[in-house]
Amino acid sequence: MATEAAIYKAVPRPSLWERIRTSSAPWVFMAPATVMIFLFFFLPVVLTIYISMTNMSVATFGKVVFIGLQNYIRMLKSRWTVKILTNTGFYVLTTLSCFNVGLALILSLLTTHINERVGTLFRTLWLLPRITPSVIYALLWIWVTADAPYGIVNQFLSPFGIEPRNWMNAQPWLVVIMANGFVGASFGMIIFTSAIKSIPEDYIRAAMVDGASTLQRIRYVILPMIRWPILFVLTYQTLSLLTSFEYILLLTDGGPGFYRTEVWALHAYHRALSNYFGNVQFGYGAALAAVLVVIGIIASILYLRVFRFNELVAEPKIEAL
Amino acid sequence: MEVQLENLTKYFGKVLAVDNLNLEIKDGEFVALLGPSGCGKTTTLLMVAGIYKPTKGYVKFNGQAVNHLLPKDRDIGMVFQSYALYPHMTVYENLTFPLKLKKVPAEEMRRKAQRIADMLGIGELMDRKPGQLSGGQQQRVALGRALIKEPKLLLFDEPLSNLDARLRLAMRGEIKRLQMSLGITSIYVTHDQVEAMTMADRIAVLNKGQLQAYAPPEELYDRPRTLFVAGFIGNPPMNLFEMELYQEDDHYKLRHPDLSLAIPDSRKPRRQPSGRRVIVGLRPEDISIGPEGEIESEIYMVEPLGRDDIITCKIGEIKVQTVVDSRLGYRIGDKVRISFNMEKVQLYDPQTELSLLWA
Repeated sequence: MATEAAIYKAVPRPSLWERIRTSSAPWVFMAPATVMIFLFFFLPVVLTIYISMTNMSVATFGKVVFIGLQNYIRMLKSRWTVKILTNTGFYVLTTLSCFNVGLALILSLLTTHINERVGTLFRTLWLLPRITPSVIYALLWIWVTADAPYGIVNQFLSPFGIEPRNWMNAQPWLVVIMANGFVGASFGMIIFTSAIKSIPEDYIRAAMVDGASTLQRIRYVILPMIRWPILFVLTYQTLSLLTSFEYILLLTDGGPGFYRTEVWALHAYHRALSNYFGNVQFGYGAALAAVLVVIGIIASILYLRVFRFNELVAEPKIEAL
Repeated sequence: MEVQLENLTKYFGKVLAVDNLNLEIKDGEFVALLGPSGCGKTTTLLMVAGIYKPTKGYVKFNGQAVNHLLPKDRDIGMVFQSYALYPHMTVYENLTFPLKLKKVPAEEMRRKAQRIADMLGIGELMDRKPGQLSGGQQQRVALGRALIKEPKLLLFDEPLSNLDARLRLAMRGEIKRLQMSLGITSIYVTHDQVEAMTMADRIAVLNKGQLQAYAPPEELYDRPRTLFVAGFIGNPPMNLFEMELYQEDDHYKLRHPDLSLAIPDSRKPRRQPSGRRVIVGLRPEDISIGPEGEIESEIYMVEPLGRDDIITCKIGEIKVQTVVDSRLGYRIGDKVRISFNMEKVQLYDPQTELSLLWA
């Protein structure tokens, strides 16, 4: 009864407490996520930037000194910077276009145009590498490309007259990009498949009656209708490829030779965490990582602007019937 | 173009969707496939379009089986319930899409699009996207896209179901007029019997995948051959109730604890029912209320429609519906006398559900 009376009174004019409660509700609900974002996303960036302006390393742990932009200046002066930046660009663009978007599109189109069960089975199988621990997956690639005369690739290709070779050394980029791409393609494959399946059947039927062949249907109807999912995968995968390095680390560790397949994220890792003992340069590594953050933010803003992401979030682009 | 469906059968897994359908459509004819949802009418249409492959039987165009032909090679135009206008293309691009695929020269494409658009009154909408059009306008564009390549056969899949009542009425007339003036053979799927009755030259009634009747609208209404058709065609539906059929002095009569009726000679059953009981059918307009009526009854329900009232009368256990002028002001519970126009009676065998009057 007491609460009923309270509600009754609150109707003409809410009490101060009521007003605080209603206006604070959104903040209370947002709080857990806000705290998480602050602790695990925002704070690390601030810390990284702070560390990048110090000389922190194993050798200097006792006396960390603020050195301003010296780490960045050192980066600019390094003769490897351009090489590694080029490597990163090549790695991201090639993997993205050939596999994470290209192959993903081909896979999702193929598996939605064949028998449904076979398609689902195929997609499930393609997900296996993603749910396999990275180390095991990398190990499989190492065995597949094992030194001549061993290795499945060599066994497979020798009947065709291709001389056995150490593929990991001969074509390091090919191996790195394929290993990443096969896993990366599964993300786009799933997004594209669900997008293709959500296209109302009538559009496809209409296109068939209008005279479109399978390829024309894909070009004129399906692809335009899944434009937004494609842009989403493109954006998301650019960012995740920029920061990914674990397969490269496990497969070539940036080699063979000097920095042949070293990408920016791996370089930061090498500098900060995997140098020889006594020369683990936290400060310099943090500076490298900070640059990556900046590149990521710029890329995000560009994508947001160019592809008008707000519209993508605002309303579904596949129109309901 | 003539269309023949021969023993057309379609299974989805183990589910039988269309069961041994035989149908012949003459050149220039407008045929409606009518039936409740799930009766197999859309499946039949999609087999004619070539989108579904028949499990058995043939779809023939001008006597030639076309089962193996892809939809794009069948020379057909189709209009969908959802309109299925490509949302990323303008009206012009939607209209000319079939021509673009045929690699028709740009100049000719523009001319044809303009002609179709003028014919359908959508000329000023060419640069809009489908999302910026009203339902009726979208419907016209969809119709235009189906017509622009001058198909030999037009297929309609419930094209008016998404329109509001008034627009539906207008489009109904327009589609019929267009079809008549162009003379294109048309198959029109609908669950709305009024659409089928008003537009079609012949109506094929389907139920559970089987053809129930195939006849011109008047025949379907006056001489329904199966119980399903009798109950399905007409609004309010035909009154159907069971009575016992017997013969007395060479005349057929019907009896029931609450009611006895005499069958006039003009409606003498041509076949004997499998049992003694038959299902008697009478349309609401063949039942009248008035002092001269010989059957006593009580009004059970009054449903006002404005101009008319639908009145349900109770004769003992039997309930029948009739339509009367609403100004007569009947009320629930009124005792009234009613009469049946037995010259219009229908008789059905409850076992076979076939008419005893029409072969």
